[in-house]
Amino acid sequence: MSKEIVFSAETLAVVNKLIKRYPEGRQKSALLPVLHVAQAEFDGWLSSDVMDYVASILEIKPIEVYEVASFYSMYNLKPVGKCLLEVCQTGPCMLNGADDLVAHFEKKLNIKVGETSEDGMFTLKTVECLGSCGTAPMLQCGADYHENLDETKADALIEKLRAENKRSRYC
Amino acid sequence: MAKVTIDGVEMEVPDGTTILNAARSVGGDIVPPAMCYYSKLEGSGGKCRTCLVKVSQGSTNDPRPMPKLVPSCRTTVMDGMVVENITSPEVLEARKGVVEFLLINHPLDCPICDQAGECDLQNLGYKHGAAATRYEEERRTYKKIDIGDKIKLHMDRCILCYRCTYVADQVADGDRCHGIINRGDHAEISTYIEKAIDSDFSGNMIDVCPVGALTDKTARFGSRVWFTKPMDAHRDCDNPKCSGKVVVWQKGEDILRVTGRKDAYHEVDEFICNTCRFEKKKASDWVIEGPRHINNKSVISANHYEHLKDIKEDVEKYQRQVASNINKA
Amino acid sequence: MGRKLLLEHINVPGIETLEVYRKMGGYSAAEKAIKTMQPDDITEEVKKSGLRGRGGAGFPAGMKWSFIDKKSEKPRYLVCNADESEPGTFKDRYLMEKIPHSLIEGMLVSSFALGAKTSYIYIRGEYFYVLRILEKAIEEAYAAGLLGKNIFGTDYSLDVHVQIGAGAYICGEETALLESLEGKRGNPRMKPPFPAISGLYASPTVVNNVETIAAVPHIINITGDEYAKIGVGRSTGTKLISASGHINKPGTYEIELGLTVEEFIYSDEYCGGIKGGRKIKAMIAGGSSVPILPAHLITKTANGEDRLMTYESLSDGGFVSGTMLGSGGFVIMDETACIVRHTWTLARFYHHESCGQCSPCREGTGWMEKVLHRIEHGHGSMKDIDLLVDIAKKIEGNTICPLGDASAWPIASAIRHFREEFEYHILHPEKVKDPKHFAHEPFVSSKLENV
Ligand SMILES: Cc1cc2nc3c(=O)[nH]c(=O)nc-3n(C[C@H](O)[C@H](O)[C@H](O)COP(=O)(O)O)c2cc1C
Ligand code: SF4
Ligand code: SF4
Ligand code: FES
Ligand code: FES
Repeated sequence: MSKEIVFSAETLAVVNKLIKRYPEGRQKSALLPVLHVAQAEFDGWLSSDVMDYVASILEIKPIEVYEVASFYSMYNLKPVGKCLLEVCQTGPCMLNGADDLVAHFEKKLNIKVGETSEDGMFTLKTVECLGSCGTAPMLQCGADYHENLDETKADALIEKLRAENKRSRYC
Repeated sequence: MAKVTIDGVEMEVPDGTTILNAARSVGGDIVPPAMCYYSKLEGSGGKCRTCLVKVSQGSTNDPRPMPKLVPSCRTTVMDGMVVENITSPEVLEARKGVVEFLLINHPLDCPICDQAGECDLQNLGYKHGAAATRYEEERRTYKKIDIGDKIKLHMDRCILCYRCTYVADQVADGDRCHGIINRGDHAEISTYIEKAIDSDFSGNMIDVCPVGALTDKTARFGSRVWFTKPMDAHRDCDNPKCSGKVVVWQKGEDILRVTGRKDAYHEVDEFICNTCRFEKKKASDWVIEGPRHINNKSVISANHYEHLKDIKEDVEKYQRQVASNINKA
Repeated sequence: MGRKLLLEHINVPGIETLEVYRKMGGYSAAEKAIKTMQPDDITEEVKKSGLRGRGGAGFPAGMKWSFIDKKSEKPRYLVCNADESEPGTFKDRYLMEKIPHSLIEGMLVSSFALGAKTSYIYIRGEYFYVLRILEKAIEEAYAAGLLGKNIFGTDYSLDVHVQIGAGAYICGEETALLESLEGKRGNPRMKPPFPAISGLYASPTVVNNVETIAAVPHIINITGDEYAKIGVGRSTGTKLISASGHINKPGTYEIELGLTVEEFIYSDEYCGGIKGGRKIKAMIAGGSSVPILPAHLITKTANGEDRLMTYESLSDGGFVSGTMLGSGGFVIMDETACIVRHTWTLARFYHHESCGQCSPCREGTGWMEKVLHRIEHGHGSMKDIDLLVDIAKKIEGNTICPLGDASAWPIASAIRHFREEFEYHILHPEKVKDPKHFAHEPFVSSKLENV
């Protein structure tokens, strides 16, 4: 990574506000939200340098950050494509065609689940129930839910994301 | 004080004692096996579930049985409590299940493991396990990792008892840089970027590890534990927090390795510093007190380490069993 | 039409804003409670209402509140469980998204009753867009003096913050949630001590589900006694049900507890019947963790009585022929559904979500998934079925937290009621090699005898 690992002044202000939500000495409570902020700021994933930086901001040991970052499935500990397509595949979505949807993306993007398309644009990930079972099948990309998908809608979404050419982010 | 009955044996223990420690105060077969609890490490226990027991009467005041089996290491006694350990088929069945769970992803590489002969899992499997494995899937494997230049981690063998992380937090000056990463059955002990652990007391992780996952790289095992002679020894250690009281494992004049002194439940009496453990490998470094009488229930010492032949047979029998399981799998 | 409380104003345009919410009577319960009632009176009303926790376990809310350690000098906390990750459940999301102020008002009344001065809403990481909606609503509430210092001119002050998770079902378990809120791995804690004595930051804490908390203002408005009149027996009030699967009208519905399952599935007010007019095959009534029921046990209990949407009626027959209301995640499968594949996805889910702390769940969930994967893909053997039953039995009841049980029940019940379907997969591997074999011949599920 070429960028130096420091939050912008603006981001730092956000982080400090997050820390203030918790009682004195409990700044570690801000770890999950701060990691989200860090992931959004530094190319959509958490390198060990980024995690060390977060540790220094929250005044905790780096291992405490690794332990947490590797526990939660939304933190990427490896680089990902610009748009992370998280397709739900649990029971209710499966009943409504999630398997077909995943197969469609694999074919269309010419990648397998877990891989990133050659142009670095898309990473395909399967995830477990996103609380959208009534509007299955569905996927999440950044903070957005895309629901009631079929092949046509999926294709349109890919085109739209390609045209926007923006990194997807949760926050 | 509370009066408790465990497997029909009555005892009186101070309020706040756990079932496990109550049983240990009497000893013998009524003591449930414990793979994760370690009395000297705060917060330990509750995880491995080998120590599950049945509480058939909660207390004199509330005689109702507890609805589920409870971990004896984390459940405190009540006056009038009645506990079933090996007298309960339900407990034995659950324990067999736990042993099986602990073994399904275990490499069963006892024949080449340094811990063989003093491994709590080996003992447990021997005593409580089923004869053959039903696990037909692929086992998890990991790379071996160096934790600093003195300790090796064989993650394949780890049962995630968390004891070593408590040592890192509580004994090794709280300067922890190894911990548990990842989730579920991907969880592993790691430094994430394999950082060295440089605390004077980090070596105690080796002693608390119930299996051969953390081993002493400075130990020179040409031979199996049961060919070495454990001797109580001490030295005048200048680390104020180290007692200098150890067990040296000798073969002739050589000291193959140094460990803390372990009690009947494989817990060290006192933690020792890394200098004593890793650097004092000459007989002249130590004042030898005499042979250590290992009084516990390991595959070796169920008999006694001096009865070499029986022990060897036990272990070999176990290893044959293990090897046949590997072949089946 | 059943009585509506939580969703009464769902179709009012702008109900997500403070202005419209107040116009529809919002925050009047909070005003009444804080200005005219004592904290203990509120707890008393909640007790009278019979409100049971809507997160899954159904523990009486008023009773839980009364356990909070009042002697402790530490601050008390209310923590709202908005982790909602149980497959099939999406009701909290709907409520927070559409009427965010109903949760905030509930937080206000409940925090006042418990004497909490700071409260947290812990929301699952994937709901980032809902987080934005809640944060906006909270900002509005602060600006209007409904949160912050001296609320309604009294000396009661309250701060409410929303904490975002990061992808971990286990953080819905209340002690794992508290760990996560402290910035740690979501490893459930050993109980005792219970959160009411030692919860967040080792202080007395109450954890309640979104829907439980949002019901409180309604109880204050109509009184506990009135609320208790809705429903049947110990299943009082209204409940949000999120319905999905092979039905014509998936979505979130508010029902009066006591509605028949038959009406819920087939009436146009709710699910609107089975898709394509096909035959129903199975039902999961309360989220993926509860036992699955076969067609003949859905609308009738084993005794032939009408099955009702209540805690008691759904669990009638125990695990032999009953299930649980759980979180209200209602999933319907029609005759084209493959039970084995469905069960495998759930096994995969629990395997993925186990925190890994205790051995039966850490090792057992992975093992069950692997065996089911084999069966589903045509590589199973007959002994695998009993093996699964035995693994499930050895996990159940032997773990630190109920996730172990939750992983065992769906598998044990699927085999209990659909054993032939597992056998079919094993006996006809050629028919199930193609991952898309949903339309294999429909099965007649085993009838239960002598229950
Ligand atoms: C594995 C597991 C997951 C859970 N997930 C949730 C959840 O997502 N939302 C929830 O409200 N309760 C969940 N619960 C139940 C909580 O532990 C707790 O009982 C509940 O939040 C209490 O609130 P209530 O009494 O208002 O229902 C879960 C429990 C377990 C064991
Ligand atoms: S390495 Fe040893 S001590 Fe550490 S968790 Fe694993 S088994 Fe326990
Ligand atoms: S039952 Fe599973 S999720 Fe719960 S503590 Fe044990 S390993 Fe973790
Ligand atoms: S199963 Fe896919 S959102 Fe619930
Ligand atoms: S020793 Fe009690 S659970 Fe491990």
